[in-house]
Amino acid sequence: MIDLAQVSRVFEGRTVVADVTLRVEAGTILTVVGTSGSGKTTLLRMINRLIEPSTGTIQIAGRDIRDVPPHLLRRGIGYAIQGHGLFPHRTVAENIAVVPKLLDWDRGRIAARVDELLSLFNLDPAAYRDRLPAALSGGEQQRIGVARALAAEPPILLMDEPFGALDPIIRGRAQEDLRTIQQRYNTTIVLVTHDMDEALHLGHRIAVMDAGRLVQEAPPADLLGAPATAFVGTLLGSGDRAFQLMALRVVDDLVEPGPAPGPPIPAGTSVRAALAESLWSRRPALPVSRDGVILGRVTRAALEAQGGRP
Amino acid sequence: MGGHSATGLLRPGVDPLGSAFAALLGLSLLALPLMTTRPNRIAAGTGLTAWSALPSGAVLLLGGVVALGLPLLALRAAPPLRLAAAAAILLLLGLSAGWAADHLTLPGDRYGRVSPDAGWWLAFATAALAVGDGLARLRPGPILRIALLALLVGATGLALRTGFWNNLSVLREYASRSDTFGRELRTHAVLALTSVAAAAALGIPAAILARPVPALRTGLLATLNVVQTIPSMALFGMLIAPLAWIGRAVPGAAALGIAGIGAAPAFVALLAYALLPVAAATVAGLDAVPWPVRDAARGVGMTARQRLLQVELPLALPAILTGIRIVLVQNIGLAVIAGLVGGGGLGVFVFQGISQNAGDLVLLGALPTVAMATGAAVLLDAVVDLSRGRAAERVP
Repeated sequence: MIDLAQVSRVFEGRTVVADVTLRVEAGTILTVVGTSGSGKTTLLRMINRLIEPSTGTIQIAGRDIRDVPPHLLRRGIGYAIQGHGLFPHRTVAENIAVVPKLLDWDRGRIAARVDELLSLFNLDPAAYRDRLPAALSGGEQQRIGVARALAAEPPILLMDEPFGALDPIIRGRAQEDLRTIQQRYNTTIVLVTHDMDEALHLGHRIAVMDAGRLVQEAPPADLLGAPATAFVGTLLGSGDRAFQLMALRVVDDLVEPGPAPGPPIPAGTSVRAALAESLWSRRPALPVSRDGVILGRVTRAALEAQGGRP
Repeated sequence: MGGHSATGLLRPGVDPLGSAFAALLGLSLLALPLMTTRPNRIAAGTGLTAWSALPSGAVLLLGGVVALGLPLLALRAAPPLRLAAAAAILLLLGLSAGWAADHLTLPGDRYGRVSPDAGWWLAFATAALAVGDGLARLRPGPILRIALLALLVGATGLALRTGFWNNLSVLREYASRSDTFGRELRTHAVLALTSVAAAAALGIPAAILARPVPALRTGLLATLNVVQTIPSMALFGMLIAPLAWIGRAVPGAAALGIAGIGAAPAFVALLAYALLPVAAATVAGLDAVPWPVRDAARGVGMTARQRLLQVELPLALPAILTGIRIVLVQNIGLAVIAGLVGGGGLGVFVFQGISQNAGDLVLLGALPTVAMATGAAVLLDAVVDLSRGRAAERVP
């Protein structure tokens, strides 16, 4: 869907992005992670031509983005940023309707889309439509920011630290919302973050940037199992590796026949959460259920084995 | 709205600002002369206290209202009560000036002058401040403020039209110049308004174009800053110099001692003064648009023109209007000096009055100027609030 070929960007003699080649498959989430100044935001902003590459080419669906005027290109790509960037003089509905209006949708279609998006983000359209951004909480502003990015049903969504300003609980909920929406619309998402846990949690694949270079691009489990450089290892943090790995897997595959005491856990529970429950309730094995039916059990030994280096 | 709750109309304790108003009002009415009478327009006057200047009924009425109103101002009365007290005193002072003038003018006397003295002016200014303070505490919305202004203008206009104050010296001056007053008033307003409009028409686009280019932006603001630092008298003076030569060279041109060649130089000077505040306010307003908002406007695919018209200018509008409010009030005042360069306007009366040592004539030029500037300030403040409109709901 998105292809970057040997893309570099130089600002006043300083190379901010150096020779990045990268492919984002349609309908997947790529998270770009790195420290401040690693070039991850510049990389993102080159995809919708907010910044032009110094060298290299970027293609979307096989077409060079330089062939499309920037403002037209951007209307087809959702864009959500930290601090949401909502227009303070426009209502929630007007903010969400910005891109559909630029695309000349008719009124009825715009109104229907606004209500649909508000409902999707669990905001009552009648209560929120006519509010101003200032009358919303931080979490609500962020959701409207993402809703605006999604308004014209873009196939691609670019997000720059969209959840950076949120507290951990609201942040977790926003991440779940994003996964749901991504599956529903099959959107291709590039999400920049400095938080490795967020990158591991949301990304189908993770790109790690260091000093303008792409040092590794892999699925989460591969990244955890085999960090390409010491820098990637540092970003991952050695203390939690086993638990980060366990958080990526669910108990479904580990079920074996046999009895176990106590209340069952759902089959979709992560290995990490199941192990925690096993330790906390002092049960060496837990029953596993799906839709209320007991499938079998999962043992602590089987759970622990998932934390080993792949 | 307001900080007052249902705790009652009068709470124990003393209001510091209100006490000062009450003390000033009491002092000015009791210790200072209310009115002055003079046998003719340039003779020295005799000061008269309130009780000798007013008919006895009016003395009782004024005394009663003041005796009732001052405690309300000094104590911690509810804002609507304070406002009512201050407004009643202000209204009564306005009426008193008319009553005193009628009372002190001998039938058929066409040369005698009755005018407000120090006590009246001090009391009037204090009562006006107290009304302003009472209004500020109630925080009326912009529409209500415009309505109140209209009411005040209407009431004053009615009093003038019915000839209620006709025996006051200022209106005696007006009576002998009614043929030119309307024209000069219009010239004054047109001079102030057109110079501000021209400054907006030039300054706002110039600021929009120059702002993104650091060199242009610095150059523009620095140039306008230099213009702004020339003192007004000096700027008008530079225009007068060649005109004065004309005044000497052309016989009869110096009827007032200062000759002029019309409104053009005055207009140019007023325009020059108005440019910096307008351009600087535009630059500041646009600069204040938050970066994420700017970035988002680009990111959603707005063209440069759409960003300017739909996002940046609407967000900068309150700042720009504040700049325009400042220059309009400034230029209404400065336009008086146009009288010096023959530009016409109310300054004509001010400078004629000064040269003839006739204070009433000075007032005939000065009072409408003050009224116009105050009205413009109230009106444009309300417009600025309206332009903030929905953004004013902003919760911190």
